[in-house]
Amino acid sequence: METLTKIFSLSLILASFRFATPLILAALGGIFSERSGVVNIALEGMMLFGAFAAVYGSASTGNPWIGVLYSMIAGLSFAAILALVCVTFKANQIVVATGINIFASGITIFLLQVLFGVKGTSPMVNRLPAFRIFDVRFNPITYIALILVPVAWFILFKTHWGLRIRSVGEHPAAADTLGINVNKLRFISVLISGVLAGLAGAHLSIGDGSAFVREMSAGRGFIALAAMIFGKWHPFGAFGAAMLFGFAEAVAVRVDFAFIPSELISAIPYVLTLVVLAGFFGKSTPPAASGEPYYKGEK
Amino acid sequence: MPREDNYILDMQDITKIFPGVKANDNVNLSIKGGEIHALVGENGAGKTTLMNVLYGLYEPDGGQIFYEGNEVDLDGPEDAIKLGIGMVHQHFMLVEPLTVTENIVLGSEPRSGLMLDQKTAQKDVKEISEKYGLFVDPEAKIQDISVGMQQRVEIIKTLYRGAELLIFDEPTAVLTPQEIDELFDIFKSLKEQGKTIIFITHKLKEVKTISDRITVLRSGKSIDTVNTEDVTKEDVAELMVGRQVLLEVEKTEANPGEEIFKIENLNVNDNRELPAVKDISLSVKKGEILGIAGVEGNGQSELIEAITGLRKIKSGKFELRGKDITNFNAREIKREKVAHIPEDRQKRGLIMDFDLKENIILGYHDLEPFSRNGIMQYDNIAQYTEDLIEKYDVRGGGMESQAKNLSGGNQQKLIVAREFSHDPEFLIASQPTRGVDVGSIEFIHNQIIDRRDDGAGVLLVSAELSEVLSLSDRIAVIFEGEIVDVLKASETDERELGKLMTGSQAEAGGESNE
Ligand SMILES: Nc1ncnc2c1ncn2[C@@H]1O[C@H](COP(=O)(O)OP(=O)(O)OP(=O)(O)O)[C@@H](O)[C@H]1O
Ligand SMILES: [Mg+2]
Repeated sequence: METLTKIFSLSLILASFRFATPLILAALGGIFSERSGVVNIALEGMMLFGAFAAVYGSASTGNPWIGVLYSMIAGLSFAAILALVCVTFKANQIVVATGINIFASGITIFLLQVLFGVKGTSPMVNRLPAFRIFDVRFNPITYIALILVPVAWFILFKTHWGLRIRSVGEHPAAADTLGINVNKLRFISVLISGVLAGLAGAHLSIGDGSAFVREMSAGRGFIALAAMIFGKWHPFGAFGAAMLFGFAEAVAVRVDFAFIPSELISAIPYVLTLVVLAGFFGKSTPPAASGEPYYKGEK
Repeated sequence: MPREDNYILDMQDITKIFPGVKANDNVNLSIKGGEIHALVGENGAGKTTLMNVLYGLYEPDGGQIFYEGNEVDLDGPEDAIKLGIGMVHQHFMLVEPLTVTENIVLGSEPRSGLMLDQKTAQKDVKEISEKYGLFVDPEAKIQDISVGMQQRVEIIKTLYRGAELLIFDEPTAVLTPQEIDELFDIFKSLKEQGKTIIFITHKLKEVKTISDRITVLRSGKSIDTVNTEDVTKEDVAELMVGRQVLLEVEKTEANPGEEIFKIENLNVNDNRELPAVKDISLSVKKGEILGIAGVEGNGQSELIEAITGLRKIKSGKFELRGKDITNFNAREIKREKVAHIPEDRQKRGLIMDFDLKENIILGYHDLEPFSRNGIMQYDNIAQYTEDLIEKYDVRGGGMESQAKNLSGGNQQKLIVAREFSHDPEFLIASQPTRGVDVGSIEFIHNQIIDRRDDGAGVLLVSAELSEVLSLSDRIAVIFEGEIVDVLKASETDERELGKLMTGSQAEAGGESNE
């Protein structure tokens, strides 16, 4: 009986990691983007498109790693659109990102039809092999996500690129007067967020599963944003938040509470985010210039 | 071609046009290597614009720039930095949540491998800081340090980039007299090392003290370049404004009435929750100006923020006309006919993206005739704005232009216009003439004295000792959050105040308040 509970809870924790993986990746992407001053609510669409591209890559070559590559390219391409329109041409970031999300949902359904001839779910494809480390078996993307957390922290807080990214997100004019190319840095940061969101998509389709299902991102891009805010735009903070949300999801899926509908448990991330934004856990201030396009020559 | 060989910089026929404003109109400026060159002119004359062109921030619509004999094309600040041009901006260019060191090295960070080399960075900052006597706390965040220290960070930023030609846009506007002396010592040692300095100021005394040559701009045009030793302050003022200006304050003896405002045992903390104002008690009478003299960062800002309802107090009491207003919020205090010219005009005084007419009714926008039954009366507002813009001579675009497009001094005049126009009975003026040209200083000073003579009580805070001395009737000296003495303005001088302000006479005592 005791061992049973133990195994049960260990498996719950492992499941939390699996559920948290896409959240961690997309949240890290969101951090890069917002730290540089671009709000990226298109993480959702990038993730979805990435998930599709991963399946397509795996299906057409038989090699899931090519799928991973495709997913990153897919995320990158959407990010390039967002960056071009919002950073270079200074359109409203929320509007454009919302457009990308809607487009992602449409284009994946369309491509499912055209490339696979199906409506809801793609055929099964080769999935990523799981790696075993001691008792833990994760697909490689989970390990990658876990490694990327300290890497992102290192880049943002220990390198000069990180300092520059943070400065253009806070006070672009100040960075500009020091010869830093604000829009180039923002462009690159958005691209990074796209790659990470695409990778998150690959986890959903060929890491955790082996097929693409329409709308399979299911709001995880937004939960990742919540994790980013909950984690105060900090990689470790976001990791902690993503784990918490992943745990909540694992509980919702695995544990059957008689009286609590699982939908309520799925709402936990959002409720927690509201609580954080309301300031109950200390102040959570977004980068000062986040969301504002930068025009040269303004005071 | 540059006009002379010893010119390090020659700007010829520079024109820069903003929508509706010709900020620079065929301006000529030539700077000799190794000189200290003062650039003066009224608010909105185009000084900052010209320097932004030189620093590569604005692309000129016409003209040529020669640097060290070669024509240069400055596409951005990086080009200017590469040439050896550095700039300390009029409005700080600092990233608030980053540290002093991070701000200084940003853009040319020392590295070790992949890492930003914090150690070297701090060492470099410390070196420059010590070499030029510019004290900063390398690990503090910008948001936690005083305006004065932020200024020093800005100066170190240019020095760190090894600039040969340094542009200072009103560097002294935010410094104390003592700090200004120190800055000028830095100027001198920079000059000795062969560096060239262009500096903008509205203080003619400084122009006379430190500069070798002076270029005067007026309404976007370069009027004249003169050798400093050949002219008097009055000459320069006249060149700037185009008429004679009174440089001294003329005021009659105060005629103080009953007490209007009283502070009792006030204690306030700063942003870091350390005590900033310690047990201060003061009182202001009707018809008098009480000046607060002190080195910046000794609690003045926190004191004023507390009085105006912008900062929570720890303990103490405020009374206005005998009424307890201790826990009133900013708006309730305003309604008591209290006017406030805030120290930081961009953060507290204006909404930079709003236009002039919206800014000029801020805080009064819900009152008649600006608003009726909750609906803004834009016709009335427009009329009102037009009157005030004219009366207070706010230049640069009409009432529809955004506050951020005004020059610094005109932003200040806009605030003064708003605050003085509702018959204030108690006026709190923090650095009221910071960054304002000589003609407008005369105007604002006269306005303050007029309010006093109308029977208003005035609380004046200024880093400008001469301003405190010439405007105030009584002067309270603040040091490390405490009032160390209250003196009659007519019975003291800069020397005595200077000593009190730095605490060197703290125990000596004198005539105290009441
Ligand atoms: N970005 C801008 N957009 C529109 N107009 C501007 C802009 N910058 C400056 N101006 C206008 O150009 C003129 C010159 O401004 P500038 O800031 O160069 O004056 P200044 O001489 O530095 O004045 P001050 O002493 O008050 O700082 C002003 O009329 C100002 O309103
Ligand atoms: Mg200026």
